[in-house]
Amino acid sequence: MAHTDINAEKGTSLWEDAWRRLKKNRLALFGLGVLGLFVASALLTPWIAPYAYDAQNLDLGATPPSAQHWLGTDIFGRDLLTQIMYGGRISLAVGFVATAVALVIGVTWGAVAGYVGGRVDAVMMRIVDILYALPFMIFIVLLMVVFGRNLLLLFLAIGAVEWLTMARIMRGQVQALRKQEFVEAAISLGLSPMTIIRRHLVPNALGPIIVYTTLTIPSVMLLEAFLSFLGLGIQPPKTSWGLLISYGAETMEEYPWLLIFPGLALTTTLFALNFLGDGLRDALDVRRSAD
Amino acid sequence: MWRFVIGRLLQAIPVIFIVITATFFLVRAAPGGPFDAEKAVIPEVKAALERQYRLDLPIHEQYFAYLADLSQGDLGPSFKYPGRTINELIESGLPATAELGAYALLIAVIIGSLAGIAAALRPNTLQDYIPMSMAMIGICMPTFLLGPILVLIFGIHLDWLPVSGWGDIPGDKLMPSITLGAAYAAYVARLSRAGMLEVLSQDYIRTARAKGLPEWQVVLKHGLRGGMLPVVAFLGPAFAGLLAGSFVVETIFQIPGLGRFYVQAAFNRDYTMILGTTVFLSTLIVLFNLLSDIVAAWLNPRLRAQLSE
Repeated sequence: MAHTDINAEKGTSLWEDAWRRLKKNRLALFGLGVLGLFVASALLTPWIAPYAYDAQNLDLGATPPSAQHWLGTDIFGRDLLTQIMYGGRISLAVGFVATAVALVIGVTWGAVAGYVGGRVDAVMMRIVDILYALPFMIFIVLLMVVFGRNLLLLFLAIGAVEWLTMARIMRGQVQALRKQEFVEAAISLGLSPMTIIRRHLVPNALGPIIVYTTLTIPSVMLLEAFLSFLGLGIQPPKTSWGLLISYGAETMEEYPWLLIFPGLALTTTLFALNFLGDGLRDALDVRRSAD
Repeated sequence: MWRFVIGRLLQAIPVIFIVITATFFLVRAAPGGPFDAEKAVIPEVKAALERQYRLDLPIHEQYFAYLADLSQGDLGPSFKYPGRTINELIESGLPATAELGAYALLIAVIIGSLAGIAAALRPNTLQDYIPMSMAMIGICMPTFLLGPILVLIFGIHLDWLPVSGWGDIPGDKLMPSITLGAAYAAYVARLSRAGMLEVLSQDYIRTARAKGLPEWQVVLKHGLRGGMLPVVAFLGPAFAGLLAGSFVVETIFQIPGLGRFYVQAAFNRDYTMILGTTVFLSTLIVLFNLLSDIVAAWLNPRLRAQLSE
């Protein structure tokens, strides 16, 4: 594993160094490009989508890809490309927002546990251990059944599951950083613990956090698609890639394109995120951290 | 070792207890009673039904009564299938789910570890790239997409395999098992590659080679034990995922297993069924985690010493 001593190099910051290494990794760049494209298209969907989201054409029905409808239409004559673009907005939003929820909870929890240490740390990490052992997949299904299929709840529920590993990684980082001189200097200057965590500890632990975040987004998106496939996630009239796949699977014998294109959209995004995550891990030289 | 096992068992008990309690109150907090849907139920009938299901008691008494039943292995009656108990429903669904899970796990471990070991023996060659790219595909291709695509190709276009059922036509167990096992085979391949790469660079492997052991003995006798540790540790959490994945696979291939009951119960708002299956599956998952921890510790003396401190 190429491990260059960053401090010894002349004036290149961690980020320049990482970017230089990332640029050499073609798969990661491909991932970054695809992701950028999909995010841009999700943001601009209302303006660039070829048809209106609710435009139907019942006389047309399901047609294979053509010049008018690049990816074909569904049984209601709705343009599949438009559906996939609008579905992507939701799928990506769930991925990013739920990961952000996990990020905030996990980083705060791990940083406080690692910084305060002692009994507080023991209790906080004990809680993480217990939560780890809970079968969350089943719990999320249960939550969706009991409280109805609500998008906000979905964000919160998924985010609440995914923060655990983040907390472990952050705690490990903070424990290692805490003993360093610059933190001791900050303590002796009389800075408050929250300021030290925010200004000194979190920025120095960013590498592993970024890598893990990139790898959390695809698992969150999978979870959303899984729930939507079972009919427990996103509900019509909204749509998501998982929901489109589930409809496509019902009619795949007659209209295979309704399964294949949404599936391709989801798989490509997951590929891109995983390649980018692996690339960032190498570029930022993050080894297996956590415990 | 025994101290470690007992310590872990003692940790599992509160977890199971939390699961039962949380599930019970979550389900009770659900809006709408189970008999609200039936229109114009005569008040007397409704009262009788509620008495039968103990809904007339205060919630804490319901909870203790449920715990008392549970301690005798009784999961209670079903709301939606009158006259049947959750135990009977689980018993009728469990064999198919367990069999499906076992095949999937077998596929995952055998194919995954073979691919991972092969990749680790010649890193950065084709023997590494090909299985590892396939593993990446396996990870990015969710079960609910892989299943329909396999059905489309092998069931409909080529017409080689039956598209649904379980144990009715020969070969109908193959596609569901592959669908469920594929993603886990991919994870196992990645983990065993990483594990083997790390172990094969250790001094004791060099020693084994230096004393003239044939390569296959070095790999199988000395490398495997350490190299497979990450895989064993992964199997516990994987089991939970397999169960959830089995919901999807059972739905796609119409397999009469627990997963389909669970999904149906979710839609019918059959609360006792949801409660019973959740408690049952969660306990199973916690126990499986425990088992995989114990096996991992048994394989790794260092970890064992650390944990039993």
